[in-house]
Amino acid sequence: MAFASIYVPNFPVQAVVRAEPSLRNQAVVLVDGTPPICNVVAANEAALLAGIELGMSKSQAAQFHAVEIRNRSRVQEKSAHAALLDLGASVSPRLEDTASDTIILDISGLTSLLGSDENISAQLVQRASALGLLVNVAVSSNLEVALHAVRGFSSITVIPPGEEAKCLGKLSMRALLPSVEILETLERWGVRDCAALAALPVLQLSERLGQEGVRLHELARGACERSLVLAQPGVRFEEEMALDFAIAELEPLSFLLGRLLDQLCARLEARALAACAIRTHFDLEDSFEKDFQVLGGNSPPQLTPKTYEKVLSLPVPTRNSKMLLKLLRLHLQADPPHAAILKVILSAEPARPRVSQGGLFLPNCPDPEKLELTLERLAKLVGQTNVGSPELIDTYRPGDFRMARFAPASDESTIPRKNATAATHIPKETPLTAFRVFRPEIQLNVELQQNYPTRIYFHGMRGNIIAASGPWRTSGDWWREDTWQRDEWDVEVRFDSVSGQSQKISSPRTQNGIYRIYYNSLRAAWFAHGRYD
Amino acid sequence: MAVNLATLRSNVELALAGRVAAPFSYRDRHAVETVSTGIAEIDSLAGGLPRGALTEIFGSACSGRTTLLLSALAARTAHAEACALIDGCDAFDPHSAVAAGVELKQLLWVRCRNIEQTLRATDLLLQGGGFGFIALDLGDMRADVLRHVPLESWFRFRRAVEDTQTILMVLEPESNAKTCASLVLRMEAEPARWSTTLETRALDFFKYPSSWLLEGFGIRAELLRSRMPSIATNSSQKPFASADRSEFFETNVLRSYLGVARMEPAPK
Repeated sequence: MAFASIYVPNFPVQAVVRAEPSLRNQAVVLVDGTPPICNVVAANEAALLAGIELGMSKSQAAQFHAVEIRNRSRVQEKSAHAALLDLGASVSPRLEDTASDTIILDISGLTSLLGSDENISAQLVQRASALGLLVNVAVSSNLEVALHAVRGFSSITVIPPGEEAKCLGKLSMRALLPSVEILETLERWGVRDCAALAALPVLQLSERLGQEGVRLHELARGACERSLVLAQPGVRFEEEMALDFAIAELEPLSFLLGRLLDQLCARLEARALAACAIRTHFDLEDSFEKDFQVLGGNSPPQLTPKTYEKVLSLPVPTRNSKMLLKLLRLHLQADPPHAAILKVILSAEPARPRVSQGGLFLPNCPDPEKLELTLERLAKLVGQTNVGSPELIDTYRPGDFRMARFAPASDESTIPRKNATAATHIPKETPLTAFRVFRPEIQLNVELQQNYPTRIYFHGMRGNIIAASGPWRTSGDWWREDTWQRDEWDVEVRFDSVSGQSQKISSPRTQNGIYRIYYNSLRAAWFAHGRYD
Repeated sequence: MAVNLATLRSNVELALAGRVAAPFSYRDRHAVETVSTGIAEIDSLAGGLPRGALTEIFGSACSGRTTLLLSALAARTAHAEACALIDGCDAFDPHSAVAAGVELKQLLWVRCRNIEQTLRATDLLLQGGGFGFIALDLGDMRADVLRHVPLESWFRFRRAVEDTQTILMVLEPESNAKTCASLVLRMEAEPARWSTTLETRALDFFKYPSSWLLEGFGIRAELLRSRMPSIATNSSQKPFASADRSEFFETNVLRSYLGVARMEPAPK
């Protein structure tokens, strides 16, 4: 058996720095407490070198100009801990969630997959760095040895089997986390490190310090055995950031969203997953003027919600944070929150990443990620309802259709064979006359002769109907408000003059035109539905 | 001298390594891949639609431009190519398209309201890439509006599709793309064909209009310009040869998709 223990030194500071990478090379101090009493609870090495001491008040820490002061964030610590678990799960499914800053992995049998213990340790450090964490790693065949070594030694420590006591001997007694009384007793005896403790006779130690002394003795000798308490890392991928000052504009918000998306995507990558949807949740600032909508009369004012939620669904799972940021920006531009933002929560719905094999002879098809971005941009330009694939509806209502999401098939075999609506009586080589629709339909003035149209006027044009076929009556949905009833005609019109330029239709000059017109019985008016082209 | 040239050549190749694959090898710019329009007469006239080039189809209203568009869309979607239609006047009829054989799932329809939106949407789709066929339907727009489209837009479109597998087809009432178009076709409609169940065709339409049916109309397509050497008349000398050739074909109207019924039987 081999165990790898991963420890994040100075965890509260690293959790904050992970969310704000620009602080990585600066002196950082974390304060906690209820204002105005806020004290320094954590500081990184640079801050300690600058003279910061734990327990200082915030105002004292503020005297140091080169030191960045941040509030301790339990939310970010929670996210950092989730990232730590993801790091462990990326290497081994057997892991123990020992503490918020420590996990232990069972790495037995991974040699053929990931190389030697040193390689595994180096990979863990590298992957942790990608997740924004600087970690220590210790590998040992004894779980407790690995756990204490990782807290005592920095960077990577690989302890060969049989040398546990020798390695631990250099560690300070404090690394074994004894109680304060026992630590004081041992220090009075002159026992400073594990080697000195391991050299003591266990029977006499038991008589003087009890079972706790025996346990410490076993730990110091590297002889304490226990089994791994397995933990199941969650499948909830969520990153959260509370803001000190409300953000009302998209540009600064984009920076925050970019950071959170980077973290989310790194976590997804560590678990070999991708996002199929991104949920955005904003806590909004109270704004008195916008919160109340006076509905008139004596109706009570309605409080608008203080949160904003949006779901960005993706056609194919992805973990490309740059593309996700562009999509989120387009979504937010189309439907911005109604107040300034105080807190941002981004969560990803995990899914297996898309695996596709390219082919030399596959037809042209846009890259799904690029296509999604293009569709969002088009939707922003012309409106969400004006982009997509048309889909026919099972109805007799003329010209009825709906817009569906555009998701082209990339394989010819997935295209259904032609539904030969036509091909029954018309030779295949004869193309079908196409029809163009007027949206909205154009109202006409029609001269009738014996109830048949003979002359039409619309948009400054007039023409004689030289051939006509009809009427073709259609009606339906009589039980609904938008019922229809129309008598349709196919007419060939010879335009005899153009008195004005049409807004909707380009001038047909001297050409004949073949139109479909209809009489709407319900509105008692004539309309042009479209023309054959 | 020869040694100097060889050295110079190798120096240039070294300097361009990684950026230009073979700077001194001949690149045949006239090797154009074409695909069928779905109409045999147009294929024989123009040799098909060129990939990586702009094709301009123009003609007056009811001249058969949309028929050609739908045929080309049907042919491309049947091969599982992703197609896009940028509809400048929101005139596309999905029912008519399905009847013509267009696979709607393969078609991205962008419904625009004005020329600015249309041009911007075209830019976005061309930049996105990956589409086999992009149609820009400006057929119902006013000719004076289209004349004000800057020439640089057409140049931009041409450059965007160059060296790609995309076919860019533009439908207009008048030709505007000038030399940016590799293939220019003018469409013209012939008189419509009507059929009747009446025994004598001497009877006029307005006596028994319900006994008449629109059968279709003929379309004459004229090839005005082609960049494809095999099609252009003087291909060996002029890559931009103007070709004055035309073809005629008939179209048929299909009414069954509307699901309408005749009101009364035709009198005998």
